[in-house]
Amino acid sequence: MVTVIAEISGNSLHPVTAQLVGAAGGNATVLCPGGIGAAEAAAIAGVAKVISVEGDCFSDFDGGAWASALGTVAEGRILAASTATGREIAARMGAAKGVAVVQDVTSIDGNSVTRPIYSGKAMETLTVADDSILTLRPNTFSAAGDGGSAEVSTVNQSADVATSVKEAIAKASERLDVADADVVISGGRGMGSIENFSHLEAIADQLGAAVGASRAVVDEWGMSHSIQVGQTGKTVNPSLYIAVGISGAIQHLAGMRSSKYIVAINKDADAPIFGVADYGIVATWEEALPALADALSNL
Amino acid sequence: MADIAVLLKQVPDTNAKIMVSGGRVDESAVNKWSMSPFDEYALEAALVQGGSITAITCGPARAKKMLTDAAAVGATDLMHIVVDDLSALDSNQIATILAAAVEKSGASVVFCGKQAADTNAGSTGPGVAEMMGAGCVTMVSELTGDSSGFMALRPSSTGMERVNVSAPCVIAFDKMGTELRRPNVKGIMMAKKKAVETLTVSDLGVDIGSASVSLDNQSPPAEKPAGQKFEGAENVATVVTKLRDEAKVI
Ligand SMILES: Cc1cc2nc3c(=O)[nH]c(=O)nc-3n(C[C@H](O)[C@H](O)[C@H](O)COP(=O)(O)OP(=O)(O)OC[C@H]3O[C@@H](n4cnc5c(N)ncnc54)[C@H](O)[C@@H]3O)c2cc1C
Ligand SMILES: Nc1ncnc2c1ncn2[C@@H]1O[C@H](COP(=O)(O)O)[C@@H](O)[C@H]1O
Repeated sequence: MVTVIAEISGNSLHPVTAQLVGAAGGNATVLCPGGIGAAEAAAIAGVAKVISVEGDCFSDFDGGAWASALGTVAEGRILAASTATGREIAARMGAAKGVAVVQDVTSIDGNSVTRPIYSGKAMETLTVADDSILTLRPNTFSAAGDGGSAEVSTVNQSADVATSVKEAIAKASERLDVADADVVISGGRGMGSIENFSHLEAIADQLGAAVGASRAVVDEWGMSHSIQVGQTGKTVNPSLYIAVGISGAIQHLAGMRSSKYIVAINKDADAPIFGVADYGIVATWEEALPALADALSNL
Repeated sequence: MADIAVLLKQVPDTNAKIMVSGGRVDESAVNKWSMSPFDEYALEAALVQGGSITAITCGPARAKKMLTDAAAVGATDLMHIVVDDLSALDSNQIATILAAAVEKSGASVVFCGKQAADTNAGSTGPGVAEMMGAGCVTMVSELTGDSSGFMALRPSSTGMERVNVSAPCVIAFDKMGTELRRPNVKGIMMAKKKAVETLTVSDLGVDIGSASVSLDNQSPPAEKPAGQKFEGAENVATVVTKLRDEAKVI
C-alpha cells in the first residue's frame, strides 16, 4: 500500500508527482491537497485511486494543517516530493503519526533507501519500516507515463491553521526556477559585473535554461538569493549544468555536483570546477560565450 | 517579549573533507566543527528579537563549544542534551528530545535552521512544531514583528509570500540578507564563564522509544569518470557537438 502526496504548483500538478508514482511501482493512491490536479493525477499510469482532500485549510500552505488533513487518509508507505512543502508536510505527518521520516531519498530497494548526506559529500543507506514516510529527490526517479484512468473520490477534511498568508510577491522575473530546470547556466564572480549576466540570459533563452549564480555574486552584487546554487542556496539536479566564471568552491559543488553533465568555462586551467566537469573549456567568458551562442544557433 | 529557544547543531565545517572508513563517516577525521550555517541565521534572528534566548543543542561532548560560541554573541542561556551518537536516532526521536528541551526552557518561540548541513533533512523544525502543537514557517529569509505577530518571508510556487504566525511557533530559517554578528572580546570572556545546563535524555523525562530507521552503511559519493578538458574558446563548438552527440542533453 503506497500513498503519494501530490506536489502542486499554483493550480496544477507539479511534474514530480509522476516521478513519485513511478517510484511507487504501481497501485498507488494519490492524495491531491485541496483537490488540485486530481484529474491530471488520475491520468498517470500506475495510479489506482485519486483522493481529492478538500477543506478550507488548503487555500494557503500551512504544513501543520495540510499534514493533519491529508494524514487522515494517508496510509501505508507515504511518498512526497523533497521540495519545501513536501518536506514540511512529511516531517509533520511523521511526527503526528509517530512514523519516522527519511528526506531526500535518491534510491529505494524494498525497505532499503539511499540518500545523500553532508550536501552530497557522502551517501547513506538506511533500512526503514514498511510503513515509513519518504520524500524523494526530484529528477532522480523515472516518471510514470500517462494513460491511467483512476477513479477520483473526494474526502472533505480540513484542519486548524496556525499561519496566514498576508502578501504574495510575484517572481521578479519569468525565468525558470533553477531547482526545476533541465538545463542551468550559472555565473560567478568571473563574470565581472551583474550587467554581464545578460550574456548568460541570452544563452539561457537559446537553451530554455534557468540562470543560476554563485554565492559571491548573490552576496556582493545583490542578485536574488533564489537563484543561488550551493550549500546555502539551492540544490540542483539538471541534465546539464554550465558554470561560467565560477571557481568551484566546495560549497558551490554541494549544490550542483549531482547534475548529469557539467560544463565549466573558466580562464584558470587549475580552477577546482574542472575537477567535476565532464567538459571543461579553459577560456574567458568574453571569448567563450559568443562562440557558444554561435554553436548553439548552428545546431 | 517572548522567550526564544534556538536549536543549534554542531556539524563538520562546510570546508571540511568528509572521510568514510568501515562504512561510516569518520568523525575523528573532521578537522573543524562549526555551527550549522542556517542555524547561524536562526541565532542572529533571535539576537535581533532580544530578551531571553536559550541556545539548545543535542549532541556529543564536543558540541558544548558551539554553545559557548553562541553565548559569545549574546545567547543568555545554554542547554546541552548529551547524546553520543546522533546518527542512531530517527527523525521523531530527535524532535521529541528537542521539544522536551524547549519545554524545559520555558520558551514559546523556537528558531532553528531550515536543514542541518549534515543530515540536509529539514525534518526537525516542523517535527518539533508538531509536538508543541505550534504553527511553523520554514525557509524564512526575512522576519519582522514579534511573538504576538511575526511576519515571515518564505518562497511560494509563484514567488515569495509573507506569512503571519504568532507564539507558540517554530520558525526555520534559510540564509538571510543580514550580516551575521561576530563576537567581541568582552563577549568571548563572558561566554567562557557562562554555565551550560548539561542534561541526559532521561533527565528530560521523555521516552523516545526505539529507532524505526537503522543506518546500514555510509559511503563516499560515486566517482565520476574524469572529464575532457579543452584549451581555448575555439573548442566551444566541439563541446557543443559532444553535448548533442555524446551526452545527448541538448
Ligand atoms: C557556510 C558557507 C556557505 C556557502 N554557500 C555557498 C553557496 O551556497 N553557493 C556558492 O556558490 N558559494 C557558497 N559559499 C562561498 C564559496 O566558499 C565561494 O566563496 C564562492 O562559491 C565563490 O564564488 P565564485 O566561484 O563566483 O567566485 P571566485 O571563487 O572568486 O571565482 C571566480 C572564478 O572566475 C574565474 N574568472 C575570472 N575572470 C574570468 C573570465 N573573464 N572568464 C572566465 N573565468 C573567469 C576565476 O578564474 C575564478 O575561478 C559558501 C561559503 C560558506 C563559508
Ligand atoms: N541535534 C540537534 N541539536 C540541536 N538542533 C538540532 C539538532 N538536529 C537538528 N536541529 C535543528 O533542526 C534544524 C534542521 O535539522 P534537520 O532536520 O536535521 O535538517 C537544524 O538546522 C537545527 O536548527
